[in-house]
Amino acid sequence: MTETAQERPVRPAESSSPVMTWLAGILPLALLGLLIGLFLAVGPLGAFEAAFPPVEELTIERIALQSEPHQMVIQVVNGGPDPVTIAQVLVDDAYWYHSISPARTLNRLDRAEIVVPYPWVHGETHHVKLITSTGLTFEHEIAVAVETPKPDLGLFGFFALIGVYVGVLPVAIGMLWTPFLRRIGWQWMQFFLALTMGLLLFLGVDTVEGALEVAGRLPGAFQGIAIIAIGGVLAFLALESASRWLSGRYAGREDTVRLALSFSIAIGIGLHNMGEGLAIGAAYAIGEVALGSLLIIGFTLHNTTEGLAIVAPIARSRPKLLTLVWLGLIAGAPTIAGAWIGGFTYSDIWATLFLAIGAGAIFQVVYAVGKLMTADVKKEGLTVGSFAGVAAGMLIMYGTALLV
Amino acid sequence: MNQETGFLQQLFERKFGRRALFKSAPKAVLTASVIGASLGGAALAGTALAGGQKAGRNEDKSQAHHAEAGYETGTVGQVDIEKLGFDPMKMLRDFDYGQVSKLPSGQTLREYKMVAFNREIEIAPGVYFPAWTYNGRVPGPTLRCVEGERIRVHITNANSHPHTIHFHGIHSAYMDGVPGIGRGYINIGESFTYEFDAAPFGCHLYHCHSNPLKRHIHKGQYGGFIIDPDPAKYSGQEKEIAKTRNHQYEENKTFDEMVVVMNGFDTNFDGGNEVYAANTVAFYYMHNPIKIRRDQKQRMYLINMTEFDPINSLHLHGNFFDYYDTGTTLTPTLRKIDTIMQCQAQRGILEFSFAGYEPGLHMFHAHQSEFPELGWMSIFEVT
Repeated sequence: MTETAQERPVRPAESSSPVMTWLAGILPLALLGLLIGLFLAVGPLGAFEAAFPPVEELTIERIALQSEPHQMVIQVVNGGPDPVTIAQVLVDDAYWYHSISPARTLNRLDRAEIVVPYPWVHGETHHVKLITSTGLTFEHEIAVAVETPKPDLGLFGFFALIGVYVGVLPVAIGMLWTPFLRRIGWQWMQFFLALTMGLLLFLGVDTVEGALEVAGRLPGAFQGIAIIAIGGVLAFLALESASRWLSGRYAGREDTVRLALSFSIAIGIGLHNMGEGLAIGAAYAIGEVALGSLLIIGFTLHNTTEGLAIVAPIARSRPKLLTLVWLGLIAGAPTIAGAWIGGFTYSDIWATLFLAIGAGAIFQVVYAVGKLMTADVKKEGLTVGSFAGVAAGMLIMYGTALLV
Repeated sequence: MNQETGFLQQLFERKFGRRALFKSAPKAVLTASVIGASLGGAALAGTALAGGQKAGRNEDKSQAHHAEAGYETGTVGQVDIEKLGFDPMKMLRDFDYGQVSKLPSGQTLREYKMVAFNREIEIAPGVYFPAWTYNGRVPGPTLRCVEGERIRVHITNANSHPHTIHFHGIHSAYMDGVPGIGRGYINIGESFTYEFDAAPFGCHLYHCHSNPLKRHIHKGQYGGFIIDPDPAKYSGQEKEIAKTRNHQYEENKTFDEMVVVMNGFDTNFDGGNEVYAANTVAFYYMHNPIKIRRDQKQRMYLINMTEFDPINSLHLHGNFFDYYDTGTTLTPTLRKIDTIMQCQAQRGILEFSFAGYEPGLHMFHAHQSEFPELGWMSIFEVT
């Protein structure tokens, strides 16, 4: 590439006037605007539109069940290209009186709240159906009717406690392997780094799966898959450029580079745990899961391995206790925030974005740990130890995930 | 919940200009249903509702008190009858007697004009259904004649699909209105005259028999076809009964006669009905009870044209009726029943009376509980 560029005579930039440069830049945009204006005004659009019936797409985002009085509060969004008018509301195959605010007709991306006084039954299934002016129906199933929790102090504390059990404590316990890792030999260390890679690979795939699941529920207009791609790629690149900047700045000081890697891992795991918290909080809030103690224990076991992953790169450099505390909080505390957000103001869009960022961060960390290992093994390639480590990491995650 | 409060309240809302309320303040809907929970509440709310916005504030205070009674099934709003083009209340007692003349043989000739065309109809408040109609209404006109008369039905197809009219009655194969037999399809822009002698007397129906049959029926192409008995052909007690059944006789006026076609609409075309109704508009006779008099006997021509569901039914509250299956007899086929079941295209005549009753509201509706809550719920207001 460089050679070819040199062979060519370098042409001086045409006309040095900045005004001309900007005009040249704006010209295509102006033409585009003119074209769209003509299209809308003179009406070839009519020919495109007339042939098709309007496309209606309503998504029921959330249904809150309240008591005293018993009622359903339905949040709905128009994710389609055309306006939609909600004509009537059916609950369990019966028309019900209701009120809609702000309006029955929703333009693209408009939202509305529907209140239906309805004697819903605790623990049973209900079906909500919206019928539009054209007779199309949009349905939502409330799998298990449970009163939607109100954001009071008690519940705030309850979700925090779940976050501590599922995120903070297991990560902290996992980090207690630091002295152990310090004492073992070089080859074992290699194994544990590989184990970390395996753990993180599993977490990355798990996070992507969660993101895809939530994105699938999003109205088409919000382009869930694109959110995942953008969030994931940007998170990966941001962490990657940050770590390059760090290793450039602290070249030769390997401890610092390794510490930066540990922080990257902690951030990635923190975002992943936030996604876990979101899922737990939201599931609890909409009554889709009864949080048994087995589930909590499962998450605790599952997440203990995350602590190991964080300290593996820095175990030999005798990190300060405060550093370890910070690392633990970065990785564990987001679970609490996630549970709060999920439990009180859950939104599929934000959940998709958080999970996507988490996935991007985790894969960057996998890449970084891989680089570190390659440097460590001095180009010996994949040893049996590192293969066994990756395999063990993924299998441990798979096994503990069976409990959840 | 208590159904009685439900319809009392609806009645109340109707009387206090509910429609106007919806036009100005849709949010007041919930309000109205909460307030109108009891007669006392209704009286109180009467003043509150008189001035739209004011109602909204008053309701908040009484909400807690009436909360338990606030659960109401039903549609919100009112169907625009003017835009609909036909009034289900008038349709109830609207019989098309055709144009009457005499043939050279002395036989009476009745001629009817039918046009099949597309029309969007509002089958529940705000829910529009792209119907295929006869004469712009669903159900089509109730054709009424007397047994033995010559019938000619001129049909013009102004719709976007080929149609037919298939009558339930006695006629030649050529006049059967079935694709591929006799005259067969009446194609777009074509006309045809179905001709036959009216027989047997009874409560019958007609519908389009084009393929796909399900679609042509549930899109709205059906109607009542009533053949009155000719008293001249009977004697004694039967003659007197035939006179009350024949619209040309004074004795017929002792009965208040109405036609109820039980139908349904699959608005999202998934093979199941989203709306059920008596005469097309969901809950219409709930919002607008049918006024009947205690000093008059009632005769209802009941026809089941519901598609997709094998059966439909009618249950009358607080009373019993005699039933004439298919209406082809002069004595009841079932006596003193309060619920009747009809399969698709089955029909019959109900006779009952509210003589000796206090004035009040009597429901009638399908007794498959799903149907009333989806629109097939009605009320008689006995005066």
